Amino acid sequence: MIKLEPRGEASRTMSYYSPLLAGFLTLITGGIFFSFLGHEPLHALSVFLISPVSDVYGIAELCVKAAPIMLCAIGLSVAFKAQVWNIGAEGQLLMGGLSASAVALQLIEIDAVWVLPLVLLSGMLGGGLWGLLAAWLRNRFNANEILTTIMFNYIALYFLLYFVHGSLKDPQGYGFPESALFGDSAVLPILIEDTRLHIGILFATFAVVASWVFISRSFLGFQIKVLGLDSNAAKLSGFKHKRLVVLVMIISGALAGLAGAGEVTGPIGQLIPSISPGYGYAAIIVAFLGRLHPLGIFFASLLMALIYMGGELAQIELNVPLAVTSLFQGMLLFYLLACDVFINFKIKFLTSNTATEIV
Amino acid sequence: MDRQTVESSSAIFQLELKGVTKQYPGCLANDKVDLSISAGEIHALLGENGAGKSTLMKMIYGVTRPDAGEIFWQGKLAAIKDPSTARKMGIGMVFQHFSLFETLTVTENIALALGDDAGDLKQLAERISIVSKQYGMELNPHRYIHSLSVGERQRVEIVRCLVQEIQLLILDEPTSVLTPQEVDRLFVTLRQLSADGCSILFISHKLKEVQALCHSATILRAGKVTGDCIPAEAGATKMAQMMVGDDTPISSNYPKSAGTAPFLIVKDLNQTSEDPFGARLKGINFSVRSGEILGIAGVAGNGQEELLGALSGEHLASSAEQVSFQTKQVGLLGPRKRRELGLAFVPEERLGRGAVPEMSFEDNTLLTGFLQGLVSKGFINQTKTEQYAKKIITDYNVKTPSHKTAAQSLSGGNLQKFIIGREILQNPKLLVAAHPTWGVDIGAATAIHKALIELRDRGAAILVVSEDIDELFLISDRLGAICDGELSPTKATAETSIEEVGRWMTGVFDKPQAVSESDTQKMAI
Repeated sequence: MIKLEPRGEASRTMSYYSPLLAGFLTLITGGIFFSFLGHEPLHALSVFLISPVSDVYGIAELCVKAAPIMLCAIGLSVAFKAQVWNIGAEGQLLMGGLSASAVALQLIEIDAVWVLPLVLLSGMLGGGLWGLLAAWLRNRFNANEILTTIMFNYIALYFLLYFVHGSLKDPQGYGFPESALFGDSAVLPILIEDTRLHIGILFATFAVVASWVFISRSFLGFQIKVLGLDSNAAKLSGFKHKRLVVLVMIISGALAGLAGAGEVTGPIGQLIPSISPGYGYAAIIVAFLGRLHPLGIFFASLLMALIYMGGELAQIELNVPLAVTSLFQGMLLFYLLACDVFINFKIKFLTSNTATEIV
Repeated sequence: MDRQTVESSSAIFQLELKGVTKQYPGCLANDKVDLSISAGEIHALLGENGAGKSTLMKMIYGVTRPDAGEIFWQGKLAAIKDPSTARKMGIGMVFQHFSLFETLTVTENIALALGDDAGDLKQLAERISIVSKQYGMELNPHRYIHSLSVGERQRVEIVRCLVQEIQLLILDEPTSVLTPQEVDRLFVTLRQLSADGCSILFISHKLKEVQALCHSATILRAGKVTGDCIPAEAGATKMAQMMVGDDTPISSNYPKSAGTAPFLIVKDLNQTSEDPFGARLKGINFSVRSGEILGIAGVAGNGQEELLGALSGEHLASSAEQVSFQTKQVGLLGPRKRRELGLAFVPEERLGRGAVPEMSFEDNTLLTGFLQGLVSKGFINQTKTEQYAKKIITDYNVKTPSHKTAAQSLSGGNLQKFIIGREILQNPKLLVAAHPTWGVDIGAATAIHKALIELRDRGAAILVVSEDIDELFLISDRLGAICDGELSPTKATAETSIEEVGRWMTGVFDKPQAVSESDTQKMAI
């Protein structure tokens, strides 16, 4: 018989090994899954995880996909540190994309350097306000932010659809639900010729560093950590609970909004109904996979981007449905949660007849 | 009954432990413990918090099992695999924290604990009345638990053990929740039980009680038996030294002080509790002078938490003038503003309010020390914070591997020394301390008392709220008690007695009025 026994204190080593172990188990299960579908598992896994990044273009694409995930996940990690469970990065991303698009389309004729910053800022503002709304509901009515932010995701999606089918639709677009293409001054510059790699990855990298400094060095970051670990201590020390909730929701909303703005002004270049293949949801997994640590999130975002690309490539080369992406995401989260049990527990084997314990 | 008769009357011990050992991860809780109790003997198990008393009695009651060693019950080797086995053998136990359902009656609660043995509820109720009268513990079997006082609830727990055939009763720190008068009544009951042949294992760290009640004592320190004695004959000092070791200084008397002008003034403070079972504060009036320690006694749950919350600023008063620091009305100011005005606060919960368990000492220094120039332009000054943490650790003799150690990995005493040190180093004008030495070893308690007295002598006003009446008499210059949300009058420690404070704890007092409190007026002039 196997028994779980609580450890004296949480194992730090295990908290770092757990994501690696979860990744390993996901690979094995993925291999088994491919072999049941009639594919040679090693080949299928290499199509899924190695071929996408076998050339410069692939690596550039990886960064294009990692940027929005990283931005969302960094924002989420700040909120999660305060034990504010923002599940609404997707909706905040969509609102960011929508606001950025609305501004970009107004300025389509203008050729000036201030256009792009303004467009990006309005994206951050849109996402930030969407986050603020959930913070206000929590502070004012004690409404659980997990529920409100999930619901706001759908509201944001239908807002976006409403505008893309309505006032933001391209008049010369033959009735397709798409906006006009943005003006050149509202499009993110490309970093490497002949790829889609835009400067969004720099924003994301900057967010990684900035959040690292913010959380570990600033007094506000300290207050956020205390609030998350021990709200009674925060209260006794006079840290303003409600203000901190507002702050983290605005930060995470604004970063998700920036991710949305980066999508419409970057690889897409216009507003379309589907600007995100679930980056905001994937970011939740990424935030936890990266242990809410900026550096961990940096690498976890790259992995998640790889799973997105692998899913597309597997669809083409192996004829498996695109759902394989969600499947891998789900497995990763599942195994991560399972492995996290070992941070606080260790396994004990009991021989059934004597019940003596072997560590 | 003295030791001689105990030994001669019992060729076979009621209970005998031989070499009992229990290892927990990272801690040897019991190390080859020997213990024997005869029939009808009241045996004390003495030791500080963390000495291994709880672990030992949990093994006797079958809650956990020893790793090594043997337990003999009436001469026979016994395997006590769970509490129900222990109950069937005739062992009963009253835990420090009661397990009673507030919304059920006394009889229903006891029936639940007895399970199938309860039988008919009417007969059980009768048996409860008979047993409780027989042992002088008046108890109405039909009353609901939520309407009972803490002392009465303890009686329910004891009666629960007595309605069964019982030969050994284990009591875990039974007096910690009682007023002095209730303690006396409990002792009458226990002596009667002992005369009827029931053995009693009395777990305590209070020497006076053990001397008054127990026939014999076993003393534990750090999991090991450090000695056996007859409490009535052995001196208190000797027993204390066996508990704490020879090298630990033990508190003596401290000179009393009258203080100067009032610093903290509380006027007609009324407050409802957020906790549905909490107490409501009703017209609280008192003041604490600079340079004195005011002690507030009381049984837990009588409004202490609510009063402390109102002083820390976690719960704002309904109007500003209800709480003042000198002439400044602070009733509507939050914790941070009050700290800026000179407040320091030591909460009851050390981990999870006074300190963040997962954070290092350095981070926990910042937790309330952020007003001491540790933060500049929104960023943490790492060097200064580290220095400050190190200063607390050296000045207050906190035993820790380093200032980076997580607060949760330290013993209660060391953590409390850290928290007290952190608050005192901020040079507060007012220090409010809740249960400052609760669960702390004697060495640390003495250090904490000295630190408080020193702060008082530097001219700070200090309010100590505690359930430990001996502690309050030791360090307070003036005393009062809180009962059911009302505060008694306060008197200089020398002019009152344990009996009087005990009466105040049960609510027998005339409530002081805001304006007519004589010493406030006198001192204010």
